[in-house]
Amino acid sequence: MAYEITLLTTMAIAILFALSLNVITGFCGQVSLGHAAFFGIGAYTAALLTKAGVPLAIALLPAGAMAGAIGFVVGMASLRVRHDFLAITTMGVTFLFVGFVRKQQALGGEVGISGIPQVAFGRPGLLALALVCVVLFVLVALHIRRSWMGFAFDSIADDEDTARILGIDVIRFKLWAFVIGTAGAGVAGGLYAHHIRFIGPDSFGFVESVTVLAMVIIGGIGSIWGVALAAAFLSVMPLWFQFIDDYKLLLYGALLFTTMRFAPDGIAGLAGRIAARFAR
Amino acid sequence: MLILDLTVQGLVQGAIYALIALGLTLVYGLLRILHVAHAALFTLGAYLGVIITNQTGSFALALVVAMVVVGVVGIGIYRFAYKPMLSQPPLVALIASIGLFIASEEIYRLVFGAYSISFTDPPLQTQVEILPGISLSYARLMVVGIALVFLSVLGWLSASTRTGIAWRATVTDPDMARSCGINIENVRYLNFFIGSALAAAAGVMVALLNNQVEPTMGAVPSYKALAIIVMGGLGSVRGTLAASLALGVIEAFGTIYIGHLLDRDAIAFAFLILVLMIRPQGLLAKG
Repeated sequence: MAYEITLLTTMAIAILFALSLNVITGFCGQVSLGHAAFFGIGAYTAALLTKAGVPLAIALLPAGAMAGAIGFVVGMASLRVRHDFLAITTMGVTFLFVGFVRKQQALGGEVGISGIPQVAFGRPGLLALALVCVVLFVLVALHIRRSWMGFAFDSIADDEDTARILGIDVIRFKLWAFVIGTAGAGVAGGLYAHHIRFIGPDSFGFVESVTVLAMVIIGGIGSIWGVALAAAFLSVMPLWFQFIDDYKLLLYGALLFTTMRFAPDGIAGLAGRIAARFAR
Repeated sequence: MLILDLTVQGLVQGAIYALIALGLTLVYGLLRILHVAHAALFTLGAYLGVIITNQTGSFALALVVAMVVVGVVGIGIYRFAYKPMLSQPPLVALIASIGLFIASEEIYRLVFGAYSISFTDPPLQTQVEILPGISLSYARLMVVGIALVFLSVLGWLSASTRTGIAWRATVTDPDMARSCGINIENVRYLNFFIGSALAAAAGVMVALLNNQVEPTMGAVPSYKALAIIVMGGLGSVRGTLAASLALGVIEAFGTIYIGHLLDRDAIAFAFLILVLMIRPQGLLAKG
């Protein structure tokens, strides 16, 4: 049972992490190659708090808030640059975060933080907490989809200039996308820190940013169910098949490439097209 | 003399960045694709350089063969990876390129082994004193020399030959160039060949400077080269050169003066973000 719980927790964290990026990249069309930095900010915040005695369920709030606050700043940067420039700027954010943490003795420096306390009720407790967070975030995402905000995000993703001409407050909605997305990543990071119970600067580098982007892309940009499915599958695949773990990056790379080459709209798009064919 | 010493070190590093980043700028100028997989070619060049030098004993031969082979591989990447994606939004090619790059690192690990390889008898290690109190190895001087020669040749090519004019025309307006009878596919092939060959040259030179080649050596230069072409104002050759040298020097000084706060890569990206916030269109771009 312990093994299944670990597996499910890994899945739940990956789903939350991927869905949080989906709000920024999928809904609002802003490419972020630095999402792992916010995952890391949440992880460090939560780890420091629980080590000081705060229960995780409470520590997740400041973890999300901290990531969201820094996400707000990065969002401000996204107002200045667009498209390719934005992709590279957000990539820089990852390097900045890792480079900063490496040099801070208070954050454990190169060594990282170990001995992160166990959550109340142990592993099942963590799983329950993770599932609650995922469900809450899916509800938030579904609500955004149906609300005016979702429409505004869509229009910005489609064509920013037209959106602005139509009177949509592009600046405000972009910042909202960044804050919601990065706060979600922060919560996911807080859960992750208590799942692995050890964090170091290398856990939040560029490869992790690409991995989560891969989940969003392979799932189908903007699709909640597609992204959740891809995240669940891609996150536990290396655990199921030990031999895949050695070639994990090769597989991610190849999947990213083939998805882009043959089905740029991911699993969701593929499923949609197959369904359409049968419906005819 | 610390300041002078750091400046010289920075300029050598900047010359390496310039060789890598130039190929990226050429690709971006022509196709508007951020070609992350460019760094895979840099690593391939480094491997070829070390292996051929160790087998034949001739570093010059290794440099030429590495450049030609990698140039051809570059053409292959364009033909089989990017060309079918040109009609898609640019994000598609960017992500495919990241996928290609990550997969290539793993392929190198499988083919060449996880451990680093090095020259059995590294050439050009003699030190010469170029300024009073500052000596550099011939290898370092050669990096700067190669960068100068290749960049001058490229500048001459694009300014005064028919091929160069066709290339510039294609960059400015592909459709118009095509209707003037330019075969823009050939221009793109040539572009990928030259850019990839330059990356291979950079790879071989970095292998020589560090006397070490490993599967992941392309990662950091790759991201920095992306930062450089963004700073230079995407697609601008002069901007890229300026940004390469500036970044080399800033890293050299930064690691000494603020190294306790941020590591080398973080300094580079902090500089990038700073530049973009002040001049979102890049250092030398107009408008």
